[in-house]
Amino acid sequence: MAHQASDTRASAMGTSVTTESDSAGQARFDELIAADQRIEPADWMPDAYRKTLIRQISQHAHSEIIGMQPEGNWITRAPSLKRKAILMAKVQDEAGHGLYLYSAAQTLGVGRDRMTEDLISGKAKYSSIFNYPTPTWADMGSIGWLVDGAAICNQVPLCRASYGPYGRAMVRICKEESFHQRQGFEILLHLSRGTAEQKAMAQESVNRWYAPALMMFGPPDADSPNSAQSMAWNIKRFSNDDLRQRFVDMIVPQAEVLGLTLPDPAIRWNEERGHYDYGDLDWDEFYEVLKGRGPANAIRLERRRQAHEDGAWVREAAAAYAARQQASVVERIAS
Amino acid sequence: MSKKPVAAATDTMTDTATVQDADVWPLWEVFVRSSRGLSHLHAGSLNAPDAEMAVRNARDLYTRRNEGVSIWVVPSSAITASDPDEKDAFFESPRGKEYRHASYYTESEGVKHL
Ligand SMILES: [Fe+2]
Ligand SMILES: [Fe+2]
Repeated sequence: MAHQASDTRASAMGTSVTTESDSAGQARFDELIAADQRIEPADWMPDAYRKTLIRQISQHAHSEIIGMQPEGNWITRAPSLKRKAILMAKVQDEAGHGLYLYSAAQTLGVGRDRMTEDLISGKAKYSSIFNYPTPTWADMGSIGWLVDGAAICNQVPLCRASYGPYGRAMVRICKEESFHQRQGFEILLHLSRGTAEQKAMAQESVNRWYAPALMMFGPPDADSPNSAQSMAWNIKRFSNDDLRQRFVDMIVPQAEVLGLTLPDPAIRWNEERGHYDYGDLDWDEFYEVLKGRGPANAIRLERRRQAHEDGAWVREAAAAYAARQQASVVERIAS
Repeated sequence: MSKKPVAAATDTMTDTATVQDADVWPLWEVFVRSSRGLSHLHAGSLNAPDAEMAVRNARDLYTRRNEGVSIWVVPSSAITASDPDEKDAFFESPRGKEYRHASYYTESEGVKHL
């Protein structure tokens, strides 16, 4: 009765030769997806579905991990003890998000160590938003408000992603994200209500982050060939452009509360559509940054690699200690 | 017939038993008791060199906001799962066994405290 789950995995990972159990598996999979049910790790799933998920979830995890850096930068320079404590809690949450997501990816058969390797070797991608620098304190506000805000827009529908472990990780993450967005908003609000210099600092920062935040939703639908398949698999629930529109509709009134402007003269309420219109984005820049030619790509990767290498002796020592403890338990049992 | 999802603990068994790539540190399943009087529920998994480190990491990872008063960690490799392919044969059909549920007994309708 009891089974070694790796056996089922082996067959699911195998070549695309269609066996009887494959077609039965495919039928069951299609049935579950059609009924908007969840797929769980031991279920049969198409190779392409597994690969898509591994890519998406691990990229998502990498983004959370790399995402600690632009803000980690400011922990020692936070303007007050309270802000420092908040920032540390937020950065720690992002580490947690990365780990929840790595675990979800691991259920698909990919190892943690391999994912780390792929990240530091530059093979794996992560969200290009984290390749922008954070030269001012106001950037902590803009990141929380705009970057975490966009992430929430993206992530809330992912709580219903068809792959169970991914959805469950997203539920946990979304619960934690709302504090991230609010603390960022508050930073900007305080700066905006402060001195003229503080307000200018907030405005300058929002000007830099606005467009990159909108690009976080990915290319326009017409240039996003994989979206349709992801939507058919119930991984993705809304198109890139739909999510981007939802985000714009949210932040325009929020910017008014902040007393700041968004750097897009095309923003205007469209009565007919019931949405805010907004201007075109510079997608050439997006692809440049994605390809690793953004302002901070090299620094981010280098720091991640350095941290991994600096931690090698800790990992080795912990593994050696664990092995010795294990050996002494075995010895005690034997004697 | 109840259509509740299976308990979280069952779900862990399939969650991580599928890991194929070998990692230096083994994988652990984490169970958290959110408050006294409740069961430990599966929270997720993590890699750690030994049980003690797994408990400490689990605290940092899964209880940053008072989510728990107690943590269990179990090596993922120690979990034995039912065979997902045997689902129908293994989990006996509840069909025709409505009499196992109170709702089957309708003649007592309107009678108080029953
Ligand atoms: Fe996050
Ligand atoms: Fe966040």
